[in-house]
Amino acid sequence: MLDTYREIETPEGVELHLRTAGAVPRALAFSVDFSVRVLIYILLSIVLAFAGRMGKGIFLIAFFLLEWFYPVLFEMYWQGETPGKRMFGLRVLNDNGTPVGWGASLVRNLLRAVDFLPAFYCFGLVSMLISRDFKRLGDLAAGTVVVYHERAARVAPIPDFPAVAPPPGLSVAEQRALITFAERSQRLTEVRAEELADLLAPVTGVQGNAGVQRLYQMANWLVGKR
Amino acid sequence: MNQQDFERRNEADWRTMEGLIDSLAQPKHVTPIDAAEFPRRYRQVCKHLALARERQYASHLTERLNQLMLRGHQHLYSARAGFLSHILHFIGGAFPALIRREWRLFWLAGLLFYGPALLMGWAVYERPEMAYTVMSTTQIFQAEEMYRPDAPHIGRERGADNDFYMFGVYIWNNIRIGFQTFAGGIFFGIGSIFFLLFNGLYIGVVAGHLTEVGYTRTFWPFVAGHGAFELTAIVLSGMAGLKLGFALLAPGRRTRIDALRAAAKISIKIIYGVIGMLVIAAFIEAFWSASTWVSPAIKYSVAGVLWGLVVLYFLLVGRGRAD
Repeated sequence: MLDTYREIETPEGVELHLRTAGAVPRALAFSVDFSVRVLIYILLSIVLAFAGRMGKGIFLIAFFLLEWFYPVLFEMYWQGETPGKRMFGLRVLNDNGTPVGWGASLVRNLLRAVDFLPAFYCFGLVSMLISRDFKRLGDLAAGTVVVYHERAARVAPIPDFPAVAPPPGLSVAEQRALITFAERSQRLTEVRAEELADLLAPVTGVQGNAGVQRLYQMANWLVGKR
Repeated sequence: MNQQDFERRNEADWRTMEGLIDSLAQPKHVTPIDAAEFPRRYRQVCKHLALARERQYASHLTERLNQLMLRGHQHLYSARAGFLSHILHFIGGAFPALIRREWRLFWLAGLLFYGPALLMGWAVYERPEMAYTVMSTTQIFQAEEMYRPDAPHIGRERGADNDFYMFGVYIWNNIRIGFQTFAGGIFFGIGSIFFLLFNGLYIGVVAGHLTEVGYTRTFWPFVAGHGAFELTAIVLSGMAGLKLGFALLAPGRRTRIDALRAAAKISIKIIYGVIGMLVIAAFIEAFWSASTWVSPAIKYSVAGVLWGLVVLYFLLVGRGRAD
């Protein structure tokens, strides 16, 4: 988890956090995009079958444009996403977190020709495995990175209990742990929550469900309820 | 200040910022006042994010602010300028100036392409059997078929609306070759060198062989015109690839990756030009070179003009500008 985290320091002196995406979601996104293109080719060939040699010429031009520029155009006009990337929550950004421009997008997509070699993106895969941030050759040359698109952060409400002051002298990290525990209340099973709370029995002085409640009360106090 | 107070106090500001960013996605709906307001609000979010991290506020809050800042960052630092004016500036001087600046690479790529082409052409003309060292018997037969003087059409099979079909073929095939020649450069230049040499040899064999069997009246008028753009574009794409290769081989005082990135920024500009030139070449090849009603003399004259234009363009256009 931590090693896929990338921190970018912005000119404002605040760090932005991005999560880089590995080979599997990117391969899946590629296969979606590939299927979309194949579908377009099938539809086009049916329509253009009635246009004779002229139709063949149009098809070849469309084929050329889609094969090389489909990702570029989507990345430019869809904020760094293609339909496949959007489906898997991925997005292309410059290394410094800014949106990709024409040059970078074109470089990374033209270099697919070498990432693909010798077959099925072998070079691209090897490059992704040995480089930081899972970059294929195109990403290395273009200075781009594929990251998980930020999802709307879930607001995790902490269970409402009358606030109780925690014992004095908790460090910031310890306070944070208490709050996070309360935020996870909905995702933890009752048994697991009690198990975790029991670890803090020396602090809360009670066992089992009562201990869980006591921790929730302390968390309420810590986030500011009095 | 505890987290709830912090959230309560600033919630309205964050909402406004979220709304502002949403509206920036449709630039038409943004008022100048909003646009002026944006950087201030963005810095405010930066400050809040730094505070929230420092005070170890809950992760949903820091995540939300991180996101808000990321979205703001994307808008504030995105570079969008007039697309058309960029293109005009590029064609009107920046492109030939760039090629002149990289003249060493240009001549190197030119040598790698025209060298084997001339040598092989001469060799095949002198010793016809040399042709079979590069091409198979069927390939040579096909090449002969295309330019047989007694055929009703030259180039390839032609019909009424075949010109457009051939235009598609040239677009698809020639630009792909250009892209491959460029992309191969990332293997320390080897891929570009390979494609330059290979295409040079191939063209040399075809030209030498067809001249030797006496198809000069069909072959040379056909290729002379669009060759000005097509052959030059192939050299330029090789040049763009070699630029990548040299960045990796001799990165200077940067890391290899940094050097590659800097080279790619320049190379891709060459590729913009290559695309344009190959589209022009495909157009000439499909609609002019193949026409049978034009006499070879006129085709040669036009070819001379086209070559002259290309040479003058790269020699002269955009000289004396600041960039």
